[in-house]
Amino acid sequence: MMEQLSNAWKNVLDRKGFDYGLPIDISTHGAAIDRLITTLHYFMALLFIGWGIYLVYCLVRFRDREGHQADVSEKHFGVPKYLEMGIVIFEACLLVFFSYPVWAKLKTDFPDRANSLVVRVVAEQFAWNIHYPGRDGKFGKTSIDLIDGTNPVGLDREDADAKDDIVTINQLVVPVGKPVIVELSAKDVIHGFFLPVARVKHDAIPGMTFPLWFETKEVGEFQIACAQLCGVGHYKMMGQFLVKTPEDFEQWHLDEEKALTE
Amino acid sequence: MTHAEHTHSGHHEMPFWRKYIFSIDHKVIGLQYGITATFFLLFGFFLMILMRWQLAYPGVEIPFIGKALTETGALTPDLYNALGAMHGTIMIFLGVVPMAVGAFGNYLVPLQVGAQDMAFPKLNMMSYWVYFVGGVVMMSSFLMPGGAAASGWTSYPPLSVTANNAQTVWLLAMVFLITSSLLGSINTIVTAVQLRAKGLSFMRWPVHVWAQVATAFLLLLAFPPLEGAAVLQLVDRVFGSSFFLPSGLYIDGAKASVAGGGNPLLWQHLFWFLAHPEVYVLILPAVGVISEIISTNSRKPIYGYKTMVYSILFLGFMSFVVWAHHMFMTGMGVTLSSFFQATTMIISIPSVIILTTLLLTLWGASIRFTVPMLFALAFLPMFAIGGLTGLPLGLTASDIHLHDTYYVIGHFHYVVAPGTLFALMGGVYFWYPKITGRQMNQFLGKLHFWLSFVAINFVFMPMFLMGSKGVSRRLYDQTGYSHGAATQSWNVIMSTAAFVLLLAQIPFLYNMFTSWKWGKKVENDNPWEATTLEWAASSPPPHENFPTPVEVYREPYSYSPTSRKVRPQFSQQEA
Repeated sequence: MMEQLSNAWKNVLDRKGFDYGLPIDISTHGAAIDRLITTLHYFMALLFIGWGIYLVYCLVRFRDREGHQADVSEKHFGVPKYLEMGIVIFEACLLVFFSYPVWAKLKTDFPDRANSLVVRVVAEQFAWNIHYPGRDGKFGKTSIDLIDGTNPVGLDREDADAKDDIVTINQLVVPVGKPVIVELSAKDVIHGFFLPVARVKHDAIPGMTFPLWFETKEVGEFQIACAQLCGVGHYKMMGQFLVKTPEDFEQWHLDEEKALTE
Repeated sequence: MTHAEHTHSGHHEMPFWRKYIFSIDHKVIGLQYGITATFFLLFGFFLMILMRWQLAYPGVEIPFIGKALTETGALTPDLYNALGAMHGTIMIFLGVVPMAVGAFGNYLVPLQVGAQDMAFPKLNMMSYWVYFVGGVVMMSSFLMPGGAAASGWTSYPPLSVTANNAQTVWLLAMVFLITSSLLGSINTIVTAVQLRAKGLSFMRWPVHVWAQVATAFLLLLAFPPLEGAAVLQLVDRVFGSSFFLPSGLYIDGAKASVAGGGNPLLWQHLFWFLAHPEVYVLILPAVGVISEIISTNSRKPIYGYKTMVYSILFLGFMSFVVWAHHMFMTGMGVTLSSFFQATTMIISIPSVIILTTLLLTLWGASIRFTVPMLFALAFLPMFAIGGLTGLPLGLTASDIHLHDTYYVIGHFHYVVAPGTLFALMGGVYFWYPKITGRQMNQFLGKLHFWLSFVAINFVFMPMFLMGSKGVSRRLYDQTGYSHGAATQSWNVIMSTAAFVLLLAQIPFLYNMFTSWKWGKKVENDNPWEATTLEWAASSPPPHENFPTPVEVYREPYSYSPTSRKVRPQFSQQEA
C-alpha cells in the first residue's frame, strides 16, 4: 500500500501521462472557452492569494499576547468597497464580453447545413449510436418499432432516403476543418454527450432533440465520454471520436457504403 | 409563553423516557438531532471510504469487509452507484442539515433570543421523530432486493422512475425528511420573532439567529416544491403516470410501457428550485456559527454587522432565482441562460461581502487561537475556494467543459466539507461547555484540527485538476478513459487522504464522549467571555433555560473599548 502511494506521488510529481490544466483543444470555438477558464482562474488566484496574505498578516500581528489589546473603536475601511466594486465590474465584463458571446455563437450562429456534416447521435444505455445521412444528405425515416439488436436507431431501410444512411455504434468519425452539426437525442434515460478535447458537452434527453455544432482543426483519435449518470454502465459508456483528414474521411465513407451493399 | 407557564404550574420530575426520549425540551431535542446526525455523517463518510477504495484500486477486493458486501469482495458498479446516491442523500438530508438546523438551530436559537423553549415544543418533538423515521426508512432501502437507490442524490428521471424499488423507498423517506424540515423551520421563525427577550430588537440579534431565521425561510419556501415533485415521482413509479416520462421511451431492449407525454426536465426544475436554496441552507448556519466564534475569539464586534445581516437576507432571496445554472447543459437558449448567469454572478457578491466582513473583523483584533477559532479561521480560506470555484461553473461558456466533471465535486465539497462541517465542528468545541459545563480537551482538539485540515485538502484539491482534464463524475472506474487513466494516480492519493481524514475523527469522537464526564469543569457560565444571551444561562442550562426572564441592554459583540472586559448583552453595567 505504501509503495502504491509513493508511486502515485511520483507519477503526479513527474506529471507522468498528463500535465496540469486543460486537455488539448482541437475545436475552433474552444479557444474562447479556454481563455475564459484561464482568465477566471488567474482572477481567483489573485483574490485568494490577496486574502491569504491579509489573513496570515492579521493572524501574526493581531495575535493575543501580553500587552496587546483589541481595537474596538468603530472603524470604517474604504478599500473593501473599491475591491467589491472591482469584483463586480470584473464579473460583469466576463459575463458580457466572454460568456454571452460564446454561448450566443454556439446556440444561434449555426453553420450552413449544406456545407456541414450533419449527424444524429442517439444515446442509449450504454452506447452512442451515430447516424449519418449518407450521400443524399437526407436522413431516412426511423421508427421505434424497428429498433432491434442490429438496427439500434430503428432505421427504415425501405425508405428511399435511408438506402445510403450509415449507422455506427460508439464511433463518431468527422472530417477535419468541416463544421459538424450534431442532432442529439436519447432513447431511454438522460446521458451527457461530452467531447473533452473539442469542448463540447450537452445532455441527451429522451423525448427531445437538441442541435449542436463544432468544427475541428486537428486530426487524431479521441474519446466520447458520458457526463451524466445513466445507470450501471455509465463508467464504460465511451465511444471513439475520430477526426480524419478529408481524404481519409472520404475513404472511410466509401468503405461504409460498400459494407452497406454487401 | 403559554407553554412555559403551563409546565411551571405543575412542577414534577418527569420519567426518563419523557425527559430524554420523547422530550419537548429544545435542548434535549437539539442533542438528539446532533447525535443522530453525527451517526449519519459518519455512516455517509464510511460509504465514501468504500467508494474511494474502489476509485483508487478498481476491482480490487476491499480489505476485511469486502467479502461481506459482494461475492468478489470488490464493489460492483451497481453497488457503487447505490453508495454514491446514498452518500449524497445521507450527507445532505440526514447529516449536515439536521446538524446545522436541527441541532445548532434547536439548541441555540431559543437560548440566544432569551426564550424558555421553542414556540411549539410538541411540534419540535414531532419534527425530530419524523426525521428519525425518515432516516430509518432511508436506511432500510439498503435491505431492498437489488440494493439502495442508485440514481444519484438528484434522482433524475427517467433513470429514477425506471429504477428498482429502492427508489420508491428513497422517495418515501424524502417525504418524511422534508416534512420534518418544514415543521422545524416554522418553529425557528416563530420562536426567534415572537419569544425575544425584553430589549432584544431585531438588530440586536446575534448573526447566528439571523442566519438560522434566513435558513428557516429557505426551508419553508423551497422544500414544498420538492415534496410535490417527490410525490409526483412516486405516483409515476407506483401508479404508472407519466409526469416525468416522455413518449417513445425504449428501455432495456423493448418499448417501455408508459403513458408518456411528460417531460424529464420538469423534475430538474422542481428539484433544483429546492436544491439551490438548499446550498444556502447548508452554508448560512455555518456563517452564523463562524461569526459567533470569530467575534468572541478576536474580542471585536463583527465588522459591518448590518452589512452582514443584509447580505445574509439578500443571499437567501437570490438563492431562489439561480436554480437553472445547474441545467445549462439541458438545451437552454440564450435568453434564459443569460438571466441565470447574471443572477449567479450577482449572488457571488453578497457571498464575497460576508467573507470580507469576517476577514475585516480580524483587523485590530486580539486573536485567541482556541480550538473553535482554528476551525473558524480555516473555514475562511476553504469557503473562499469553494465559492471562487463556483464562478467558472456559473458562466455557461466555461461550464461547457467543467459541467458534471470532478471540478463540480471539488467545488461543492469545499463549500460543505471544509466549509460547513469545519464550522459545525468548531461550533461543537465552542458550545460544548455550555451544553455540558465542561471543556473539551484542547490537545486532542488541535490534533483533530490539524490532521483534518491537511487531509481534507488532499482529498478535494486534486478534484479540480481531474475535473479540468474532463474526468466525469460518478464513474465506477475512470481508467477506461485516456484522461481518466492519466490522472488515476491522484485517486490513490485522495483515497489515502480520505482514510487519514476518517482516522482524524477518532480523537474528536473520543474527546466528545469522554469530556462529557471527565472534561475540565468550566469556572463560570461564560468561559469564552462571549456576549450573547446563551451565556447568561447556567452551564448546562436548566429546563426552561432562564429561571428569571433575561433582559437585553445592548447589541451583541460589545467589548469594552479600554480593556478586554466583556460587556454581554444581558449585563446592565456600562464600561
